[in-house]
Amino acid sequence: MTFFELTKETWPWYIAGTLIGLMIPLLLLTDNKHLGISSTMRDFCAFVLPKPSGYFKYNLKEHAWRNIFVLGVLAGGAISALIHSDKSIYAVSDKTVADLSELGLTDFSGLVPKEIFNWSMLLSIKGLLFIVLGGFLVGFGTRYANGCTSGHTIMGLSLLSPASIIATLGFFAGGLFTTHILFPIIL
Amino acid sequence: MKYIVHLILGIIFGIILVKSEVVSWFRIQEMFRFQSFHMYGIISSAVAVGAFSVLLIKKFNIKTFSGEIINLDPKPLMRVANITGGFFFGLGWAFTGACPGPIYSLIGCGIWIFIIVLISAYIRTLAYGVIRKKLPH
Repeated sequence: MTFFELTKETWPWYIAGTLIGLMIPLLLLTDNKHLGISSTMRDFCAFVLPKPSGYFKYNLKEHAWRNIFVLGVLAGGAISALIHSDKSIYAVSDKTVADLSELGLTDFSGLVPKEIFNWSMLLSIKGLLFIVLGGFLVGFGTRYANGCTSGHTIMGLSLLSPASIIATLGFFAGGLFTTHILFPIIL
Repeated sequence: MKYIVHLILGIIFGIILVKSEVVSWFRIQEMFRFQSFHMYGIISSAVAVGAFSVLLIKKFNIKTFSGEIINLDPKPLMRVANITGGFFFGLGWAFTGACPGPIYSLIGCGIWIFIIVLISAYIRTLAYGVIRKKLPH
């Protein structure tokens, strides 16, 4: 696979996984930091609150690095959108397409189903569930669990941390519940 | 100066998330329906590389580039919070098809509706901070 092809096509799992895994030693060696994304949501709240207290009162400056990292993640998204020549070509298994078609989805182009994730859907119950309630659950759940897929599943499992093993089991239990119990009711 | 390193690592992380389609709502569905190895391959190879690096750091007592002892303390164990919070996050992960990292990269990709997902997440982060003392941990 040439470099040019790498910019165009979906990266295979072993390349993506290896690179994501390498983030851990790189962050540790360069500045003794643990990979983690969802804590930046707490930082944001602490930053915008006029008088932060309790859970939101701490030295923000110490955690500036992770917010800079997250700005990078956002910029990385923008860069990949620019170098991705054809945005409609994203692969997904035929079985998933068949299952989701049965639930009523018709458009499988792009990164998210446009039938659900668009502005006019914000006026419907379905849109509110996926966009707003979904966001609520991500924000509340990651803080309550004290981490997300990067901090618990990637970083925490690499440290063989019991908290992260439990949290990761919770992540998958929740995802399976929404997918197999709630989707057939809602979609 | 050190922030430039964090910015660059963040950019690389963001690019990986998009190019490997971790940010794809459809890929997350595929994972929760056990219909492809892709996401499981990414997660397990990332953990394998991470765990192996941690092992090397421990075994050879490797220090940071500036000579500090590397901190390998895991997050504190809070059984009830880890499992309950994890379950709530998992519910949301399947709805939005995005965990926090991908939420940021999707906004970067120009899928602006995810700004609403992010704001919603901020609002409930705030709510957690307010009620956390009443929650079992």
